[in-house]
Amino acid sequence: MAGSGDAHLRPQGDALLRVEHLVVEYPSAKGAKVQAVTDISLDVLPGETLGLVGESGCGKSTTGKAVIQMPKPTSGSVVFDGTDLVPLTGEALRSKRPELQMIFQDPISSLNPRRRVGDIVAEPLTIWGRGSDTERRQRVTEVLESVGLDPSVAMDKRPHEFSGGQCQRICVARALVLDPKMIICDEPVSALDVSVQAQIINLLEDMKARYGLTLAFIAHDLGVVKNISDRVAVMYLGKLCEVGSPERIYSRPAHPYTAALLDSIPEPDPAQRGRVATRLSGELPSPLNPPSGCRFRTRCPRAEERCAAEEPMLRPVVDGQFVACHFPLVDVPVAPPSARPQVEPMPTA
Amino acid sequence: MSDITAEVTPETADQALLDLTAPQESSGPLLQVHDLKTHFRLDAGLVRAVDGVSFDLDRGRTLGIVGESGSGKTVLARSVMGLLIASNVVREGSVVYDGKELLSRSPRQMRDIWGREMSMVFQDPMTSLNPVVKIGRQLTEGLTQNLGVGKGEAKELAVAGLKAVGIPSPDQRFDEYPHQLSGGMRQRVGIAIALIGGPKLLFADEPTTALDVTVQAQILDLLQEQQRERFMAMILVTHDLGVVANRADEIAVMYAGQIVEKASAINLFSAVRMPYTEALLNSIPKLSDASHTRLQAIGGRPPDLINPPTGCRFSPRCPYVQDKCVEEAPPLIEDSPGHQYRCWFPVDVSVSTPARRSGASSTSDGRTESSTSTSEPSRAGATSSVPRGSA
Repeated sequence: MAGSGDAHLRPQGDALLRVEHLVVEYPSAKGAKVQAVTDISLDVLPGETLGLVGESGCGKSTTGKAVIQMPKPTSGSVVFDGTDLVPLTGEALRSKRPELQMIFQDPISSLNPRRRVGDIVAEPLTIWGRGSDTERRQRVTEVLESVGLDPSVAMDKRPHEFSGGQCQRICVARALVLDPKMIICDEPVSALDVSVQAQIINLLEDMKARYGLTLAFIAHDLGVVKNISDRVAVMYLGKLCEVGSPERIYSRPAHPYTAALLDSIPEPDPAQRGRVATRLSGELPSPLNPPSGCRFRTRCPRAEERCAAEEPMLRPVVDGQFVACHFPLVDVPVAPPSARPQVEPMPTA
Repeated sequence: MSDITAEVTPETADQALLDLTAPQESSGPLLQVHDLKTHFRLDAGLVRAVDGVSFDLDRGRTLGIVGESGSGKTVLARSVMGLLIASNVVREGSVVYDGKELLSRSPRQMRDIWGREMSMVFQDPMTSLNPVVKIGRQLTEGLTQNLGVGKGEAKELAVAGLKAVGIPSPDQRFDEYPHQLSGGMRQRVGIAIALIGGPKLLFADEPTTALDVTVQAQILDLLQEQQRERFMAMILVTHDLGVVANRADEIAVMYAGQIVEKASAINLFSAVRMPYTEALLNSIPKLSDASHTRLQAIGGRPPDLINPPTGCRFSPRCPYVQDKCVEEAPPLIEDSPGHQYRCWFPVDVSVSTPARRSGASSTSDGRTESSTSTSEPSRAGATSSVPRGSA
């Protein structure tokens, strides 16, 4: 797995966000480089939710941050709404930011504990000088209400007076207040209990419908990703393994890594007891010195010599599923490498 | 090792080490917890973290304790093991281990029990190991200081212990520091430390929560394999119902310091009675469900343990709440063998559950996140709306 390529991208004009050949490297000691993200291409259509899934250290959060240019990627392009953000700097980049917001993992630490919720949510409006004081207050009231908080109570409180789930609602409100086109959610529910997690997932779905949002949803929980996504991309050690609709990927994974991930999930169903699952041995290799060829080959049960020598490219399987593997688990139609894959229909019409 | 350990002669200590695999013969359950209360005295009031918990555990069996954060599951495990030694802790009730009452024992007296009889694997392998002490010493410490094992023998046992938990080149790892290992390997070391005294009861407190899903599966497999080999009882504490579903014989669901439902794993999932358990199961996104299946969230949040609600503690969040629930606390009742629950109006397994669930979407919670599930736009609208296009 862990391959490159852009066969899975849809036609250029259709996507709201189109990331091509994204590379993010961090300097390390003695001139070594942490290869956090290596040649990843992704696109998100308007109104779509892209789920980005993988274990810690696979580069999924780095990808999300590189999209909002914090920090800037080492190379590659991030075309958002027709403009490549990578060459932009200063005011030109700043003027794009209101359209592209982010929600972070830990809702409590991402809110300033000394400020009142009303001010936290209003701050983006203040920074952008939008509206009069009254109009701002009205807008804040509106978004707080839409995320399920009572504005008359919440406005004057400070974050510590709220639970984790309520803090995440405040974060959602803050992201929504500027009326963005797209929100990148970086593990927005991993710090929450399951009962509250469901509230936040439902809230994101509601907000998406109400405000016509496009979402990128980064998470390690495969169940959550399946629930919320229209399209799922599986990452491993800075590369993409597999892309496709959740129904397809979860029922017929083509990449051995995807299959192993799915096999590792403990399902709340005692009927599965005694089922012998194939377990991945070992752990993620260091991104300082990733394996040659396919990056998954050191843990892959199907690895052969070719996997060390040659990096697999993403290629179409069927129904909008793409896999980067020399020996995938399902039959892959032989296609001339230059052939452009069929544009798959929108997941749910 | 003074007067209090008089009963433990070197011979019995040796036996504990040597007979790791032999089932220990003695009648009755290994652990009997009866009406255990663990309260913390704080300035703000008395926090009833564990409030009247009872259960038995037989040798070689696994009890899963499931609950959300703040439900008291970790405090329960630590209280049973006697690890809560701060002066503001109040413990009442009884904990009988292998015929011995533990609650009255001082921490010093507990040294007979810790390590050799019961031990614990902690949640975070990054912080539960001492970063400035070599792995080898962390393993042998208990053996040499508590069980009087010689240095050479202790090292042999430690290397064997590391090998048993699947650590490659254990000889070399013995002389390394925790930071030289990955998270999964560190948790293996944590398990090796817990197992080295040959305990008959192992507490695993969220042992895989800090780990990735592929490593989690490896660690859970390892715990299960070691448990079988040693005929050890295990208490597996977790917030993840998926973790215990396939690995526990019996599951206790905790809410606000109490066990609200306890049953065999099969019964708990197939014949759930307590609305909280049902709600918990329904709030988890299932892999078998189609994408965008609306999750049934539980409105509100767990209650304050200083002033728990009178009546049923789940009543402020319960979709089926009735007047009686608010007025009177339901006792833990057992209507079929081994299946206990704390509810006046249990989920009726004979009635088709979907009918009952239809009322579940409206939540009644005055105090907390009340307006969460008011207007719920249809899923169809969510996916087909492509509003501002890519202009």
